[in-house]
Amino acid sequence: MKVEFKVNGKMHSVNVEPGEFLLETLRNLGYKSVKHGCDTASCGACSVQLDGKPVLSCRTFTATVNGHEIKTVEGFSKEGELSNIQRALVEEGAVQCGFCIPGLVVTADALLRENPSPTEDEIKGYLNGNLCRCTGYESQTRAILKVAKDSRGEKS
Amino acid sequence: MNVREERSVATSLSSDKNFDVVNTSVEKIDGYALVKGKPVFTDDFDVPDSLIVKILRSPHAHAIVKNVDASKALELSGVACVLTYKDVPRIAFTRAGQGYPEPSPYDTFVLDKKVRYVGDAVAIVAAESEEIARKALKLIKVEYDVLDNIIDYEHAMDENAPIIHDESEISGAYDPKHNIASHYEMHFGDVDEELSKCDVTTEKTFYTPNQSHAMMEPHAAISYFDANGRLTIITSTQVPYHVRRIIKRIFGVESRVIKPRIGGGFGGKQAVHVEAYVTAVTLKTGRPARCIYTRKETMTASNTRHAMRFKIRVGADKDANLRVIDMQGLSNTGAYGEHALTTFMVAGSKTLPLYNKVNAVRFMGDIVYTNTESAGAFRGYGAPQGAFALDCALDELAHKLGMDPVEFKLKNSIREGETSPVFKVMGEGREGVEQIVGSCKIEECAIEGAKLFNWHEKRERQRIEGTKAHGYGVAFAMQGSSIPAIDMGGATIKMNDDGTFNLMIGATDLGTGSDTILAQIAAEALHTSVGKFVVYSSDTDVTPFDKGAYASSTTYVSGNATKRAAERMAREILKAASEITGESVEKLHLENGKVISKSGKSLTYSEIQTQLFYTFKQRQLEVTESFVSEVSPPPYMVTFAEIEIDLETGKVDVMSMLNYVDCGTPINPLLARGQVEGASSQGIGMALYEEHIFDKNGRMVTDDFFTYKVPSRDDIKKITVKFADSYEPTGPFGAKSVSEIGLDTPGPVIANAIFDAVGIRVNRLPIKSEDLYFKLNERGLTP
Repeated sequence: MKVEFKVNGKMHSVNVEPGEFLLETLRNLGYKSVKHGCDTASCGACSVQLDGKPVLSCRTFTATVNGHEIKTVEGFSKEGELSNIQRALVEEGAVQCGFCIPGLVVTADALLRENPSPTEDEIKGYLNGNLCRCTGYESQTRAILKVAKDSRGEKS
Repeated sequence: MNVREERSVATSLSSDKNFDVVNTSVEKIDGYALVKGKPVFTDDFDVPDSLIVKILRSPHAHAIVKNVDASKALELSGVACVLTYKDVPRIAFTRAGQGYPEPSPYDTFVLDKKVRYVGDAVAIVAAESEEIARKALKLIKVEYDVLDNIIDYEHAMDENAPIIHDESEISGAYDPKHNIASHYEMHFGDVDEELSKCDVTTEKTFYTPNQSHAMMEPHAAISYFDANGRLTIITSTQVPYHVRRIIKRIFGVESRVIKPRIGGGFGGKQAVHVEAYVTAVTLKTGRPARCIYTRKETMTASNTRHAMRFKIRVGADKDANLRVIDMQGLSNTGAYGEHALTTFMVAGSKTLPLYNKVNAVRFMGDIVYTNTESAGAFRGYGAPQGAFALDCALDELAHKLGMDPVEFKLKNSIREGETSPVFKVMGEGREGVEQIVGSCKIEECAIEGAKLFNWHEKRERQRIEGTKAHGYGVAFAMQGSSIPAIDMGGATIKMNDDGTFNLMIGATDLGTGSDTILAQIAAEALHTSVGKFVVYSSDTDVTPFDKGAYASSTTYVSGNATKRAAERMAREILKAASEITGESVEKLHLENGKVISKSGKSLTYSEIQTQLFYTFKQRQLEVTESFVSEVSPPPYMVTFAEIEIDLETGKVDVMSMLNYVDCGTPINPLLARGQVEGASSQGIGMALYEEHIFDKNGRMVTDDFFTYKVPSRDDIKKITVKFADSYEPTGPFGAKSVSEIGLDTPGPVIANAIFDAVGIRVNRLPIKSEDLYFKLNERGLTP
């Protein structure tokens, strides 16, 4: 079946088997930032934005995104410049192995658009489905709090 | 040549602690690529024409493979090959990636006619697509002779227990006929006599679980012949050089092993997992082969932490002098003896020297085979298991003495300038080395840590209020820095005419940031910035040998190799500058990427190498240095924790945890902090949630992230890390290791805090809510 959708602003028209998951389709299209972590919707490494909302691409049928817009982490750095959340993650030492980071960036970005001033608890709640085995989460929470503070013009 | 003399000519003295690059939190050099989601992991490499490799795994815990009928699978269009034990070399090896010859027994085959756990490999399938490979798996018919199994390691040595390793080729195992992979015992002094003289003693048995590494990137490898027919393996490994050596042992073939970025390992990738399967397919078909494990395979068919049981006896006199430690252990190595002996020894060698004032010590036990997933290396490498028993026992002893556990543990712990006989007696798989402790700030860790944590004030508080109980615990830990006299690391530095350097290291950055901190070390010694270093790590055809990323060795061993190489490069630069300018080396020094002379002349590194390329005494400046340590300087840590128990459910939350760490100079404080925070979090997982459960047939019930719980963001409340002011004289710019030690304390500190809160001494990790609830209920503490 033919499915048409945008990824990071670019239109794609692909033929997929019914039952194909978006994770596979995106990786086949070259969006390798979208990761296989568990394939059971429990780690968050495959998170992408679907019309701005974070979804788990490992359990999203490609057929359902026909006519919709997907954003992956490849769409976050414009002309090589990092977005604020990406920059904060690097600065706070929140990128260790980096495998969970693409999923974290798209989810944290969605959080900050929904709630520009999240509390620490709100961050932990919203991102509870994004597992990270390296950092113990502390540096990632610091990074997200920092972006929120900076965007409010406060000194971090 | 006298290295020390040369060093003073070339660079600023390292011990003055006036660092420019070291001890600063420069950004991780691979951070940009990772945060942009660049295709840098094994699964991101598209090698054209690759076959997809899948493994047919045993549904039985213990069985003889009577017959494999692959005819139906081979009839399926798109199936390239199905390999069984008849198609691969029958060479016994160990998957453990350790220095050669390995202390682990050779008890493993790529495929065997016997399977020893549910998930053991039976056949290798290669097909044109994932879907065809999956279909082919289902079409293979295997006849098994199912044997009796052993799932519970406490019954591995029972009289009528089935023998798991009866193959004739096995070597290096202690007593396989009784399922004993390894055995170890040491003692000094007479523990029974000392115990009888003690005023206060404690005896208890402690259990730690078979934790999964649960690194976010599953195991993965791709193999292919390059244009010149050289076998090349891209693999998510911590030990590329050991992989190359083991592949040669099995298949007799030379190879190039490339380590791209690694999505976490924690010891789980200190072994050959996938490499042998893809190699077998590439050798058979001549085609590229890729095998990416599923999460389930990573959970069920790679490695776990060795579950251990320790019966411990400790005793002190009435003046609170600890006099004796006796630890009798049992460790579960699962189906194969990977890291069996060495993890067990580390449970003693990285805990016992901390309390060096005792008169008698005994440490002994067996490491047994069972029909469960093979255990292997896992961050801490036995030390968290040993520390749980030892620190909890000492906590209890302090309680019996009516003494603050901080005071008791500190009073009896090791100090700078002291030694412990254990250092010499216990190494890894063999004798250790004598060493005098050159840096130990455990007093600062304990005393300043207690102040920061408000330890004394908190202990005055009410413990039970309403439906919540609060408790406060402390735990002490040490680790090592490298395996002395065994593990070697090399570093090559090449200068370029644009003023940059290539730093080529076999050291294997698996997410730790070692590429960054090694560049910092090189930049410090060469008086330039990290940005001038282009780092290539772990390509066995390009980079010099390094033992790999394990045993808390990269900062220390690879760091010392890098520092040596950078210092030699500094001398080469000074020599070249002296030749160019005609001024003697003594009148020259390095500063900010230039050679400056006392007469005021200056030459940039770029100018020097450009002249050396094209116009003057032409040569490439390039140096390689190696380092192997004679000692393994321990880092130290004291952890304080506050826990909250929900008396209605038994749920434990770690409300705050303070880790006060002596790791010498933190080369990059931000990355060092991340190592401790991450290890603490994994330790909290081990202490409260993580354990694999098997049904009676040996099937792992906890094979995904729903059934096997790793700490999620909401579970981690507050982890604080503080570094002591410390300088290790033998370390690169004063550094010791920091990657593993954080895992040693969460188990004991949480258990000690629970005792403080409700008076219940928990002796088994993980501390599950329901278990604690029933104990609370027995004592009438539930509402």
